[in-house]
Amino acid sequence: MATTITKTETLVGKRIRRREDPRLITGTATYVEDIQMPGMHYAAIVRSPHAAANIRSIDVKAAAAAPGVVAVFTGKDTEKVGPVPCGASLPDLRVPHHHIMAIDRVYYVGHAVAVVVATDRYLARDAADLLEIDYDVLPAVADPEKALAPGAPAVHPQWPDNTAFNYHQEGGDIAKAFADADVVVKQRITSQRLVPNAMETRGVVAEWRGADRQLNLYTSTQVPHLVRTLVAGMLGLEENRMRVIAPEVGGGFGSKLNIYAEEALMGFVAMKIGKPVKWIESRRENFLTTIHGRGHVDYYEVAAKKDGTILGIKLKIIQDLGAYHQLLTPAIPTLSVLMMPGLYKTKNVSADIVGVFTNCVPTDAYRGAGRPEATHGIERMVDILADELGMDPAEIRLKNFVANEEFPYPTATGLTYDSGNYAAPLDKAMALADYSKILQEQVEARKQGKLVGIGISTYGEICAIGPSPATPAGGWESATVKIEPSGTVTVMTGTCQTGQGEETTFAQIAADELGVDIDNILVLRGDTSIVQYGIGTFGSRATAIGGTALYFALQELKAKVKLFGAMLLESDDVTFSGGQVTCNKSGKTKGLAEIAGATYRAMKLPPNTEPGLVATHFWEPPNFTFPFGAHIVITDIDKETGDIAIRRYIAVDDCGNIINPLIVDGQVHGGVAQGLGQALWEQAVYDDNGQLITGEFMDYAMPRAHMMPWIESSHTITPTNVNPLGVKGVGEAGTIGCSPAVVNSVVDALSHLGVRHIDMPLTPEKIWKLANAGGTN
Amino acid sequence: MKIHLTINGKNYSHDVEPRLLLIHYLRENAALTGSHVGCETSLCGACTIELDGKAVKSCTMFAVQADGAKITTIEGLANDGKLHGVQEAFWNEHGLQCGFCTPGMIMASKQIIDRNHAPSDAEIRHGLEGNLCRCTGYQHIVNAVKAAAAAAGK
Repeated sequence: MATTITKTETLVGKRIRRREDPRLITGTATYVEDIQMPGMHYAAIVRSPHAAANIRSIDVKAAAAAPGVVAVFTGKDTEKVGPVPCGASLPDLRVPHHHIMAIDRVYYVGHAVAVVVATDRYLARDAADLLEIDYDVLPAVADPEKALAPGAPAVHPQWPDNTAFNYHQEGGDIAKAFADADVVVKQRITSQRLVPNAMETRGVVAEWRGADRQLNLYTSTQVPHLVRTLVAGMLGLEENRMRVIAPEVGGGFGSKLNIYAEEALMGFVAMKIGKPVKWIESRRENFLTTIHGRGHVDYYEVAAKKDGTILGIKLKIIQDLGAYHQLLTPAIPTLSVLMMPGLYKTKNVSADIVGVFTNCVPTDAYRGAGRPEATHGIERMVDILADELGMDPAEIRLKNFVANEEFPYPTATGLTYDSGNYAAPLDKAMALADYSKILQEQVEARKQGKLVGIGISTYGEICAIGPSPATPAGGWESATVKIEPSGTVTVMTGTCQTGQGEETTFAQIAADELGVDIDNILVLRGDTSIVQYGIGTFGSRATAIGGTALYFALQELKAKVKLFGAMLLESDDVTFSGGQVTCNKSGKTKGLAEIAGATYRAMKLPPNTEPGLVATHFWEPPNFTFPFGAHIVITDIDKETGDIAIRRYIAVDDCGNIINPLIVDGQVHGGVAQGLGQALWEQAVYDDNGQLITGEFMDYAMPRAHMMPWIESSHTITPTNVNPLGVKGVGEAGTIGCSPAVVNSVVDALSHLGVRHIDMPLTPEKIWKLANAGGTN
Repeated sequence: MKIHLTINGKNYSHDVEPRLLLIHYLRENAALTGSHVGCETSLCGACTIELDGKAVKSCTMFAVQADGAKITTIEGLANDGKLHGVQEAFWNEHGLQCGFCTPGMIMASKQIIDRNHAPSDAEIRHGLEGNLCRCTGYQHIVNAVKAAAAAAGK
């Protein structure tokens, strides 16, 4: 029997197809919207059409009397529910009270004003239209630089300067660096507001079991345990009386790393009506009310010597925060500051952030969260510097890279880069691109009036977020492994996948460690009543931290299996491998199933040992990990139309050891698609009245299949020593590496016309103007 | 209004409101929740089904318009527990991550192959223009459609 679950082949490093896929490809997975319960009610939320207005009155009578309607609640009804929490703390941070629905004033278009609850979703929407809300419309401000100007409308009347915080950080001697410089280059660089747009919008089902004082909340989230702790607090409910379930989650990208008003609101409604209630966000609501990403205006200054040595970097970030702080809103630009030196060894930096309130939906973590902005900035500045000095963009990078022998490398911003070989991916990408040949080709093309660009970005990122002192809610992760009496293995992880494939990668890790067939392993997550407390999936942390927690839980179990195996074999000299314990003298074996059975049957126990085979490990990482890579993009620009065609996209990423190359490729591709979306097409545009005019897929240009180039993805491998798996994380790499490579390429194509910088997105209109007017941007 | 449909080979009959969207009929009346609502405006394709042999977006069609139609949804593709070739290819090629767009993506891919047994990359990408995916960057989806077409041609 034992031999049936034994295997010798190792799975870590193999390109195996995913174990979660059968339910997803057959349409049998359960997302929040798929949950049905007897007596289910439906909520429709009435939202402000104005970016700033006082609410004079709300008349709910007609809505409340409409067919099927059981309740209508306004902000005043929910006044006692606690505020939507901000987990970030900065010195002197101004935190507006973020009530779950507006009470007497609305602060952005989409701000929830009332909720209508009915027996049917159509009836709920019908009735929502019957609410009469009298608004006194106020001037709004939607642009962060305009919000800082004197006389701008105050988003929050108590803070007329619209400033939520000022933050300063510096390292080294920035004054000396600039005094010693041969050259200083300056540039304003924006990183526009983006809409994360997970394909599954948010959704909540709340079920109140009054007799048990038990609230079950199904929500599409990356962080179910944080939702439980914080939403229970908002509702004044004991935490152990609340169960949060993240069923199948249809993408997150940071947008579901949050605590949303609707999660508490549906809990409130369910407790009031005593029936299950479902709210599914419409796509329009998703555009208006789920967090946005980016929203930077950056002012860079880089000081350098004539030979290209970077001496120092100054950065001023104006961060568009939106009207409120969501969970991590003010913390995101501080990640940009940490990442501002990129892969370069300069020790002198100075950074200032102004956090600005605007009458827009809050910004927060979106794939990369602070690191894409920083990488875009430094990688653009290095190109601008190279151009100024007449140097090759590759050469200037190689000159400034932290050298291999300098790791672990303490950075100017207080980080310690774990491991690196920064030239390796750049060399590989240049070889793949046939760099010198393409440079030649570019010269020829220009002679013929053709516009060809070559863009490089060499990015670094902060992954495995993160050590607890650096993370608002704790940066550790947990795993429990149970070997059941029959020898099958159940893993419970505190991470919560939204498509990253941990049901497969974690099973690969467990199968290898225990030496059992992967089919004997089940990975569970996303249910606070099943899984021990966990933090969740974000910041490219799941495998590096959650996988490591799993690794250590497995080591603990292996030791216990060995102990029981030794007892059953009546030998002290045993080894555990390939799913069985072997007596080194007699060669006799005991399989995992037999040993597991013995631990539960407990007829006899090794000294100082308890029955059962369960281990839980909470792992606190000693450091972040720092993946890196090089992307090279070759573009052809149509002078007649301003269209950009990507001839080649070469991505060489180093994320440390790789558990499943198929999944890693998928992460890189998806990351690049989001980076390319920012570089070329996507932009959340608010008009001066605070109306989101790119609020649907019709107006917001998400990459579609025919818009994407073929991505040539490959790797170098430099393991980390931060964790025993040697893995660094890859979820955000593609996004971070992409946008500067694309913009550098297009600027390069136009550089002989005097173009030095172009802000994203690189729309054909912008490019056509530059290509045909020859003007600088 | 009373409607009669055949969905995945089974007969369904319901009295429905004229304004009921086909996607809601499929998901709630027929309890087939595999097709998803991603945008409600026919721009994302997560609700794509096959109706009388054509891939259509069921979020912008009323259930009453489908009266008498023969519909196949993602749940109807596998036969006796054996996956359809397109499903198998999506699995093998890692053509999905979060899985939310996948049912629609698979239905659209099936139509591409039904109409063109050896589609080029460009033809596949053109055929998928109406289906948004935020996870994969489409590359593994393109691989999956190619692999499915090749397997079907054997």
